[in-house]
Amino acid sequence: MSDVSFVVNGKRVSGAVEDRTLLVHFLRENLGLTGTHVGCDTSQCGACVVHVDGRAVKSCSMLAVQASGSTVVTIEGLANGADLHPVQAAFKEHHGLQCGFCTPGMIMTATDMIARHPEGLDEATVRAELEGNICRCTGYHNIVKAILAASKTMAKVSKGKVKQAA
Amino acid sequence: MGIEGIGARVVRKEDKRFITGAGRYVDDMVVPGMKHAAFVRSPHAHAQIKKIDVKKAQAMPGVIGVLTGKELKADGIGNLICGWMIHSKDGSPMKMGGWSPLAVDKVRYVGDAIAIVVAETKGQARDAAEAVEITYKELKAVVDATKALQKGAPQVHAEADDNLIFDWEIGDAKTTDAAIKAAAHVTRMKIVNNRLVPNAMEPRAALGHYDKAEDHFTCWTTSQNPHVARLVMSAFYNVAPENKLRVIAPDVGGGFGSKIYIYPEEIVCLWASKKTGVPVKWVADRTESFLTDAHGRDHVSTVEMAFDKNNKITGFKVDTIANLGAYMSLFSSCVPTYLYATLLSGQYNIPTIHANVRTVYTNTAPVDAYRGAGRPEATYLLERTMETAARELGVSPAELRRTNFITSFPHQTPVIMNYDAGDYGASLDAATKASDYAGFAKRKAAAAKQGKLRGIGMSCYIEACGIAPSAAVGSLGAGVGLWESAEVRVNAVGTIEVLTGSHSHGQGHETTFAQLVTQRFGVPLDSVSIVHGDTDKVQMGMGTYGSRSGAVGMSAIAKALDKVEAKAKKIAAHLLEADEGDIVIENGEVKVAGTDKSLPWFQVALAAYTAHNLPAGMEPGLKETAFYDPANFTFPAGCYICEVEIDPETGTTDIVQFVAADDFGNIINPMIVEGQVHGGIAQGIGQALLEGAHYDASGQLLTASYMDYTMPRADDLPSFKVSTSNTPCPSNPLGIKGCGEAGAIGSPPAVINAITDALGITDIAMPASPSTVWAAIRATKKH
Repeated sequence: MSDVSFVVNGKRVSGAVEDRTLLVHFLRENLGLTGTHVGCDTSQCGACVVHVDGRAVKSCSMLAVQASGSTVVTIEGLANGADLHPVQAAFKEHHGLQCGFCTPGMIMTATDMIARHPEGLDEATVRAELEGNICRCTGYHNIVKAILAASKTMAKVSKGKVKQAA
Repeated sequence: MGIEGIGARVVRKEDKRFITGAGRYVDDMVVPGMKHAAFVRSPHAHAQIKKIDVKKAQAMPGVIGVLTGKELKADGIGNLICGWMIHSKDGSPMKMGGWSPLAVDKVRYVGDAIAIVVAETKGQARDAAEAVEITYKELKAVVDATKALQKGAPQVHAEADDNLIFDWEIGDAKTTDAAIKAAAHVTRMKIVNNRLVPNAMEPRAALGHYDKAEDHFTCWTTSQNPHVARLVMSAFYNVAPENKLRVIAPDVGGGFGSKIYIYPEEIVCLWASKKTGVPVKWVADRTESFLTDAHGRDHVSTVEMAFDKNNKITGFKVDTIANLGAYMSLFSSCVPTYLYATLLSGQYNIPTIHANVRTVYTNTAPVDAYRGAGRPEATYLLERTMETAARELGVSPAELRRTNFITSFPHQTPVIMNYDAGDYGASLDAATKASDYAGFAKRKAAAAKQGKLRGIGMSCYIEACGIAPSAAVGSLGAGVGLWESAEVRVNAVGTIEVLTGSHSHGQGHETTFAQLVTQRFGVPLDSVSIVHGDTDKVQMGMGTYGSRSGAVGMSAIAKALDKVEAKAKKIAAHLLEADEGDIVIENGEVKVAGTDKSLPWFQVALAAYTAHNLPAGMEPGLKETAFYDPANFTFPAGCYICEVEIDPETGTTDIVQFVAADDFGNIINPMIVEGQVHGGIAQGIGQALLEGAHYDASGQLLTASYMDYTMPRADDLPSFKVSTSNTPCPSNPLGIKGCGEAGAIGSPPAVINAITDALGITDIAMPASPSTVWAAIRATKKH
């Protein structure tokens, strides 16, 4: 057993885990944050993507002890209180989800993708960067649409902020 | 249409929980005292079980119990069954071999469950499962259905000689043979429909909880049809009587057919909960899903299509071998028969059809319905054959189809179905226009200049949905009725709950079903809640599959709404001292037509429950139940066009455009319908280009993970151009046909027709992966 401690969704948490415990299992079973899903056992599907120290990480490919000391954001911590994150809002608006199982991972990947492309995104880039997230319901059509829309919204917001700062 | 009523593009009510991580799937459920299960599974495709030694496993840390098939049988738990009886053409019933939820004497495919281990943690359960010692006597396995039929092939079940489950036919052999003999042209093909794994993103799971004090079971499970699960587990598997078994299917992460069936795991978890005295949860890992979820397709067929000198089809003859795997899954027998061969007339006037189908046991995972179920296989035969025939006859594929379209309705096909409405020319026109079909030659020439091979392919599909008229399917062997039920419960404050036997696992019922209510009473969408997926809450139901929830499920709601509306009008007429016939309900108000007299909707509801002033003899309350049994199947149809560009150096196929023109009848929410089409097309393209379940000769599944089985990724697919036309369905009150399966049915032949067009060849195996395409290109080059 090992002791771990993190900041998860803004709250400091700690616990003792079996050494083999994956981050995703710690989040789901110890913290009850069941929005992060397990859809495969080979790190292909991306249903378990969370942010670790600001980067998208498949939480099935990281031990809880490896992540100890990090700041973790899960799907439950993405919205700002009652206000949906622009990526969440775009998935809803553009019907970017059906059964909802891949959705948390998709949204966490998309948020990271948009942040890494401040210059903006095009369809080919979005499709290429979704390589690590599998959806069986939507055919990706509306997911791509949602991410492109969210990217535009967030660019506007950050431009507005830059202007305000100036 | 109002802004939230029928036809409105309303964003989904259910999305909030899914996008914030608040969805509740089976694996998210926690019950006090809950423990975890792992299954011991056969590593062999075919073997006798000589000995099972659980002692070592039982002594492992955290282990609560290790249970085997012997104990399960001793407790009277029954074998799994196939619920649709098919008779061979000689009149004999299908040969159903026994399928014990935990194998006792023999295992028949890799993944066959043998024992369950219950432990404190999932990890401990898995560790102990590996410590169960089983002595096998390995037997020769057979995985290929054609080989399984040969004399001397390994015998999967003693009940089925030569592994033949049934040898069935439909149509008229004599007249079809005569048509082929007399034909001006006959197109002949051998066509393989590749085996697929459905791969809903949420793996199957079950949580069984036995309450000793109440002698009552609860099962949370990943089901598309919880009431059917309860019925089958009670009536056939002796888990518990229906009144002592509650089945809950909470949020379910996709089904595509694979979650219709009742599998060994949910039965065993319930039983194990009683045996061990703790709630038992099992969640499949992905490899378990690959090994044990019912697979789809796996047909080998030969076809002959006869034409007269005017290019009119004069007959169609089909011979199919369908691989059903190691056991007969719940609806496995109806998929390659009544869901398949009854669609062999497609969109065409075909005077005579004959199909022979042999179903076969092999040492592979059971095969059952996967999105489309039988209809993709039929469409693939027809549309590959039509395209090939057009090339052989030297006519445009579009024109050959148009020449043979059915244009008047109702139309009785030679294979049972009676098409009620459609306009196939309209879909063909829409698709050819949207794809600039006429301009293809130019694009092909431009691609050739870049060293690329361009091809275009078409597919005109029809399907039978809205499954299904109970008496009709009963006469064909179904063990259940396929009606749907609904209860509309108006609360005293006017809010409305709709309890439906349909189950939403991605289809958006919480939104579309509510739109129906909003349309009827003008109440806000927010004041309507849809309740589903719990046998304790919802009266009865048959679940969601076969694109039935719109055509059948919503028709049941419409019927219940009729009753509620009629009673509300009676109450309002009484309160407003008006004639019942003059009452109209709109925009949340109950009005007397042509006057300014009205009541808000909630006051009528309140009056129904206070019961202070109701018409004489009326029962209090405003809540009605309805069962809807469809009068006919529904017949969605459409035309899909796929254009590909192939790099001859690498064999890589790029889908440069994909056009879908569908006729789904009336549409409640176009946004959701489009989403269904997108997803279906992706699965169809997946089948055509990427996906295939492969067993080696010894019965090991070589494609048992996402490392090996190619799921369509975002960069494998284009954005789709979709549109709809509308010939309303005349047989249900809403004019709905259904849209859930169309994409998966219509798209594979369009893709393969495009690839064979690009390469100038007759056929290519699915999945047409880069290596397959590359090899085909090399084979056509003259060295």
